[in-house]
Amino acid sequence: MKATTLFDKIWDSHVVHSVNQGPDVLYIDQHMIHEVTSPQAFTGINNRGQKVFRPERTLATADHNIPTKDQDKPIRDELSRIQVEKLTENCNDHNITLYGLGHPYNGIVHVIGPELGITRPGMTIVCGDSHTSTHGALGSIAFGIGTSEVEMVLASQCILQPKPKKMRINIDGTLKKGVSSKDIILYIISKISTSGGTGYFIEFAGSAIRNLSMEARMTICNMSIEMGARGGLIAPDETTFEYIKGREFAPSGEEWEKALTYWKTLKTDEDAVFDLELNYKAEDIGPMITYGTNPGMGINITERIPELSEVDENNRLSFNKSLEYMNFKPGDSMLGKPVDYVFVGSCTNGRIEDLRAFASIVKGRKKADSITAWIVPGSHHVESQAKEEGLLEILEKAGFELRQPGCSACLAMNDDKIPAGKYSVSTSNRNFEGRQGPGARTLLASPLTAAAAAVTGKITNPADLI
Amino acid sequence: MPIEKFNILKSACVPLPVENVDTDQIIPARFLKATSRKGFGDNLFRDWRYDNNNQPISSFVTNNPVYSGSILVAGKNFGSGSSREHAAWAIHDYGFKVVISSFFADIFKNNALNNGILPVQVSESFLVELFSEIVTDPQTTVKVDLPAQTVTILSKGLSEKFEINPYKKECMMNGFDDIDFLLSMKEKITEYEQSRPL
Repeated sequence: MKATTLFDKIWDSHVVHSVNQGPDVLYIDQHMIHEVTSPQAFTGINNRGQKVFRPERTLATADHNIPTKDQDKPIRDELSRIQVEKLTENCNDHNITLYGLGHPYNGIVHVIGPELGITRPGMTIVCGDSHTSTHGALGSIAFGIGTSEVEMVLASQCILQPKPKKMRINIDGTLKKGVSSKDIILYIISKISTSGGTGYFIEFAGSAIRNLSMEARMTICNMSIEMGARGGLIAPDETTFEYIKGREFAPSGEEWEKALTYWKTLKTDEDAVFDLELNYKAEDIGPMITYGTNPGMGINITERIPELSEVDENNRLSFNKSLEYMNFKPGDSMLGKPVDYVFVGSCTNGRIEDLRAFASIVKGRKKADSITAWIVPGSHHVESQAKEEGLLEILEKAGFELRQPGCSACLAMNDDKIPAGKYSVSTSNRNFEGRQGPGARTLLASPLTAAAAAVTGKITNPADLI
Repeated sequence: MPIEKFNILKSACVPLPVENVDTDQIIPARFLKATSRKGFGDNLFRDWRYDNNNQPISSFVTNNPVYSGSILVAGKNFGSGSSREHAAWAIHDYGFKVVISSFFADIFKNNALNNGILPVQVSESFLVELFSEIVTDPQTTVKVDLPAQTVTILSKGLSEKFEINPYKKECMMNGFDDIDFLLSMKEKITEYEQSRPL
């Protein structure tokens, strides 16, 4: 039998039909929707007089545009309120389960899928959001889609999709003090650029990946889209099974045993060939921070911003434009630069381990006076766990407050906008111009680095505070 | 949504020689709150096009009356970032039918094709040549021939082949959309469901 990759195994088992010289009709096990990218898709199927083909395979949540304060009150912003109401109406009309505002399961779509045991190995998962790649951490094929594709899945539980090429990225070795999975992914993107993964689906492997917790793996897969990849996945192992076991919608009893037997077959064969394979050493990775306006513009926090002469000639125009927006100079040191805002949250780093990491540094310290901090849990579940574990108390003692769950300042669709010209150290995934608000200047980093900035008021190496 | 048929287009171009134009620049998140597909063109490239007081920034290319046409020419890695189809809707609503670049982000490319916008990927050298022609003569006309899969700078006679999936090409030329195709597959999909693995 031909040696195949994990990706091939899952993809091939979901192909309903291959269009001659065209894309595959890929069956989708789990569809997730939210208020921003679904309304036009529902209009589309309603106009065709269609019902949702398999409503039990779609799950809805409100996360993108919702406020992170006073969630028990009506949403003040009219357009946001209408979008959320529209989602409710569409879900009611089509018998779709909705974990809307106030529901105990509500949260960011890519946080609640895994935490409820809905995301499982071997599945195909899509959502009208590019960070759907997060779910790949549990050994599934998960990727973001546009609204026309959301409509396809609602109408047929399938999507037309050309099969991407395959890449494997191996990271071996032991991570240094103060370095986390966010640093691994920012490091890789800084090496291969925001288009280095375009056309590929990536398998992350190697001892450094194996040793990561489930949530840390999610951070890696989450940002595979930031290198242009269709998605990223990690072969399921004991860490994965342990994580899933006992969760709300995880199989149990006999079903669990059956599932486990299947999940254990989900790995890349030894002789399988990838279109591209890259290798990195964990020891080479330090705490990372971005200085520019795309996630590929990242450096080790102790390094300097490149000089113009060190930048590829074709990229100099973009490099200059970026630095002008950030008001940084080539050759600047990042350490010691003043920071105005700290944002901890998002589908990248809004889980309980991220809050624990943040709390581990701020514990016994105080928030710097110059810092405005928004700590936004990824879900109600994360929020209550933070309270139960005493993290809330640590945060409050240090001068921080916990907001209510949502996407918040990651994309600033709600009121959580960083003002123009201000610097924000953010645990989210994109530092594009205006991403966190018009004129906002975003520095992507890990929760540890965010904590170091929050207590010192400037860019600080978290390793110095551990 | 049924798409417009596409065959051959001859048009002047709007040049945007910036690399990594991400979806947040094409349409910032704060404009994603509409529940229909219409009207996004008004906010295309919003923060590059208008200042904080909503006044047009004269140096931005769409505010320069010298440039017009239904072809947008942009730098490498166009459409990176979010999956928001609103980016494709904004480009379409503004009046562009073709985007030429030396590299496209995956999701954007799919979204464009699903809305009848043709993404034409050309070589880096062709793109450089095209930008320089447009700067020299803003009326530079480009012919995009979908059946032949060629893109030509007419004044120079410079031509290049471009790739498109044969299935997507047929959809574009006939105005077919994927949903009709998938709806016709329902029986096969149901059959698959009954035989599927765990």
